Amino acid sequence: MAIATLAAAIVTVGIFSFLYRDNPFYRACEHLLIGLSVGFSLVLLWNSVLIPKLLQPLFVEGRLPAMIPFVLSLLMLLRLKSSLSYMSKPVLALVIGSGAGVSIPAMFEARVLRQIAASVEPFGVVGDGSVSALMLLGMLISLVGVVTVIVYFFYTRPDTKAFNGASQIGIYFLMVFFGATYGYTVTSRLTLLIGRIEFLLGDFLHLL
Amino acid sequence: MFDPASLVLLIWVLLTCGVVAYFSYRRRVSRLRLRAIPGIAAIEEAVGRATEQGKPIVFTTGWGGDIQRPTTLAALNLLRFVAGKAASYGCRILFPTHDPVIAEAAKEIIQTAYNEAGHPDQFREDDVTFVSPSQFGYASGVDGIVSRQKPGAIFLFGTFEGEALILAETGNINGALQIAGTDSTIQLSFFIVACDYTLIGEELYTASAYLTDDRRVQSSMYAQDLIRAVVVALLLLLPILAMFGVNLYKEIM
Repeated sequence: MAIATLAAAIVTVGIFSFLYRDNPFYRACEHLLIGLSVGFSLVLLWNSVLIPKLLQPLFVEGRLPAMIPFVLSLLMLLRLKSSLSYMSKPVLALVIGSGAGVSIPAMFEARVLRQIAASVEPFGVVGDGSVSALMLLGMLISLVGVVTVIVYFFYTRPDTKAFNGASQIGIYFLMVFFGATYGYTVTSRLTLLIGRIEFLLGDFLHLL
Repeated sequence: MFDPASLVLLIWVLLTCGVVAYFSYRRRVSRLRLRAIPGIAAIEEAVGRATEQGKPIVFTTGWGGDIQRPTTLAALNLLRFVAGKAASYGCRILFPTHDPVIAEAAKEIIQTAYNEAGHPDQFREDDVTFVSPSQFGYASGVDGIVSRQKPGAIFLFGTFEGEALILAETGNINGALQIAGTDSTIQLSFFIVACDYTLIGEELYTASAYLTDDRRVQSSMYAQDLIRAVVVALLLLLPILAMFGVNLYKEIM
C-alpha cells in the first residue's frame, strides 16, 4: 500500500473521529492540517507574490516604484513592536479604504444593476409571441418574489397592511429559497462523504 | 483611462452615495421606528449570558471574505459593539480568523474596546488568532477552539462558504448561544438551521445602526430605504415598458 494512501486514510479517520467527541487523534490531525496549510500558503506567497512582484523588481530590476509597497510592508511589520505599532495604522487604513473603494462599485453592479436587468430582460420577448402562458406566469412569480423580498428588507417602512402583506409574501419566498439551497447543498455534501467512504473501503481496505 | 461603459455604474454609485451622504449629513429624519430584528436585540443578551456562565465568547468573520469586502467591514463594525459590551462586562473575547490583516484590524478594535472600558489589562493579544488561510484548516482550527474553550456565545458574522455548517454545528453541539449573519445566500439556510438567530443578508449591514442611537446612522438607513423604493419602482415599471418593446433597462442598467 502506498504511504500516501495510508496517510490519507489515517487523517480521514482522525478527522471523522470528531463526530464522537474532541480527542487527541483529532487534535493531531487538526494541527497537521493547519500547519500544512499555513506552510503551503507561505511558500505560495513567497514564490508567487513576494519574489516576482516585490523582491525581483526592487533588487534585481532596480524599479524604484516597488519601494512603496516594500516600505508599507515594513511599516506593517512594526505591529510586532508595541511602541511602534501606531505606524502600521495608515497602512491598514490604506488597505481597507482602497479595497472597499474597489469592491463596493463592483458589488453594486453585480448585486443591484445586473440583478434588475436579469429580472426585466425576459419580459422583453413577451411581445414577439415566443412566450407561453406558463412561462409568463413563471416570470411574473419570479418578479413578485424579487419585489416582495426587497420590501421585506425595508427597515423604516410604514406599518400598513399593504407593506406588511408584501413583506410576509417575501418571507415565504425566502423560506422556499432557504429550503431549496439547504437540500441542494446537503446533497452535494453527501456526495463528498460518499467519496471519502469509497476511498476508505476501496483504496484503503480493498473491500469494494 | 476612463471606460465609457462604466459611466452608468458611476452615475448610479454617485447617486446612491449622494442620497445616503445627504441624509446622513443633514440628519433630518426624526427618530425612526425601525423594524424589529430579534437577532440584533439578542446580541447584548448573548454577551451577558456568556459572562454569567463565566465562559468566553467567540467572534469570527468566516473564510470567504478579506478585509476589503463590505460584509467583513460590517462584521468588524459589529465587533466594535460586541467587544465594547464584552470589555465592560469583563468577558473574554476570542477572535480566530483566516486573514492576517483582519486579525490586525480586530486586534485594534478589541484593544480599543478594553481601553475605553477601563480594563486595558484584560486585553489578551493571543485571543486574536490567525488560524490558517486554508478553508478547512480554518474550519478545523475554529472547531478546536470552540470544542476546548466551550464559549457561552458565538458570533458568526461575515462571508462564509463551505465551513458555515461545520462551525455552526460545532457551536450548537457545545451549547453556545449562536448569532449568525451573512450575505452568502447559500450558507444562510445552514445558519437558520443551526443557530439561534440569523441576520439575513442586508440585516448584517444595518445591525450597527440598530445598536447605536446615532441619528446620523439611522438617517442613512432611511436613505437606503429610499434607494430600495427606487429599485422596486424600476422593477415594476421596466418590465411593462419591455413588454411594449421599450428596452429602457438596457440604457440605465
